Amino acid sequence: MPPGTKVFDPGWVADHVGQIVERILQHLELTILPLILGILISLVLAIWAVRQQRVYAPITAITGLLYTIPSLAAFALLVPITGIELITALIPLTTYTLLILFRSFASGFTSVPADILEAAEGMGYTRRQRLFRVELPLAVPLMIAGVRLASVTTIGLATVAAVLGGEKFGGLGQLITEGIQTFFPTKYLLGAVLSVVLAFSADFLLVRFERFITPWAHARVGGG
Amino acid sequence: MDTIVAFFTDPANWSGDTGIPNRLFEHLYISGSSVVLALLIAVPIGLYIGHTNRGSGVAINLANIGRAIPSYSMMVIPLPLTLTLAPVLGYDPGFGLTFLPIFIAMTFLAIPPLLVSTYAGLRSVDRDLIESGRGMGLSERQILSQIEIPLASSILVGGFRTATLQVIATATIGAILGGGGLGRFIFDGLSQGVAGYPSIYSGAILVSGLAIGVDLLLAWVQRRLTPRALRTARRPTAGPPTLSADEDLQWSATAA
Repeated sequence: MPPGTKVFDPGWVADHVGQIVERILQHLELTILPLILGILISLVLAIWAVRQQRVYAPITAITGLLYTIPSLAAFALLVPITGIELITALIPLTTYTLLILFRSFASGFTSVPADILEAAEGMGYTRRQRLFRVELPLAVPLMIAGVRLASVTTIGLATVAAVLGGEKFGGLGQLITEGIQTFFPTKYLLGAVLSVVLAFSADFLLVRFERFITPWAHARVGGG
Repeated sequence: MDTIVAFFTDPANWSGDTGIPNRLFEHLYISGSSVVLALLIAVPIGLYIGHTNRGSGVAINLANIGRAIPSYSMMVIPLPLTLTLAPVLGYDPGFGLTFLPIFIAMTFLAIPPLLVSTYAGLRSVDRDLIESGRGMGLSERQILSQIEIPLASSILVGGFRTATLQVIATATIGAILGGGGLGRFIFDGLSQGVAGYPSIYSGAILVSGLAIGVDLLLAWVQRRLTPRALRTARRPTAGPPTLSADEDLQWSATAA
């Protein structure tokens, strides 16, 4: 740091609100798209694994292998194929969510007690009705636990996508990278702090969301 | 494909400071030293709270907070401090940019999985076994070293595995700050456009190979340490493990 540089310059932040908001929106794009895709893929995989138990182990092994590849390497492996485009960031960010989401969805489904499933069958539910009206609602708490973890992880990994995205879709990581390259602490600290704030907010909102859609799980005994 | 083969067969890429052996050494050096420091911090605390069950709420919450912080962000937050302290403590400013902040971030990121797995491993031990140990006149230290740690060892190695992989991945990102390690092949390649593709690809192959290799090695160790009875019992029911998957999630999710 050159002498005389302020560690944090609020004036700069006030002058660049537009740019900062744009980076936040880019970061949300990098996070929300992979999460939605990841949730859809994992849901299908988890339903399949609950019906056909023998596919559980291979799916865990493959998603685990994808999860082990460091993010910078995963982005890099795709660059020669898909170029330096948004899709190059979205593919690994999606595959990273699969291990967490698949396992939490599968354990959510298997956590539904067998007698509840039998009761549903006894009431004449078809397989599809049982899935949507009984298994899915009861699996929600464990599923959301997985979504919370996946979203926090994705927000973190998306900061690395700045090495690909640059101005176009770099997100908060781009603030960090530009700040480092220009030796300007305000910029990189802002990017870092905002990414942490984003991760905590996402986690907090998902906890509230879970309480909202599963009121029965949090009902107080004795009417409260 | 040919260009990647050419990259790996070029003798220039196998010698000097920017060669594969030195980059691999740098990668292992920074990863190893931060995991060792994290072990020295996390394991004693984890053993204490696991054995006594005191302060577990605080420790687990701190570990959760640590996990929510993106590794790239974690790396730049100490940066103003490590740069400012360079003249004060008399180290090279380059060290304060390309080693120290990465090292601090990696240590910090390795602590949560180590702490949580140490605690969870100890808590997983059957209370009756500990009580019978006490009844046999074992001291608390002996209960810890002869009953709890051996029985928890596979879970402890599981946490070590998560922490190590997290650290290897984070060391790769350290290249953005100009740190050494295998990530440099990727990051330096990205700044060269199409000409950099062989370097990018080769770096990615090396880093992924290292991560997958270490993961398989530690998975093997973990399996060896799992009591035989539990190992074989799991085979016939290859379906979703109901409880363990959920418990596993608590400390397994830390990609970087």
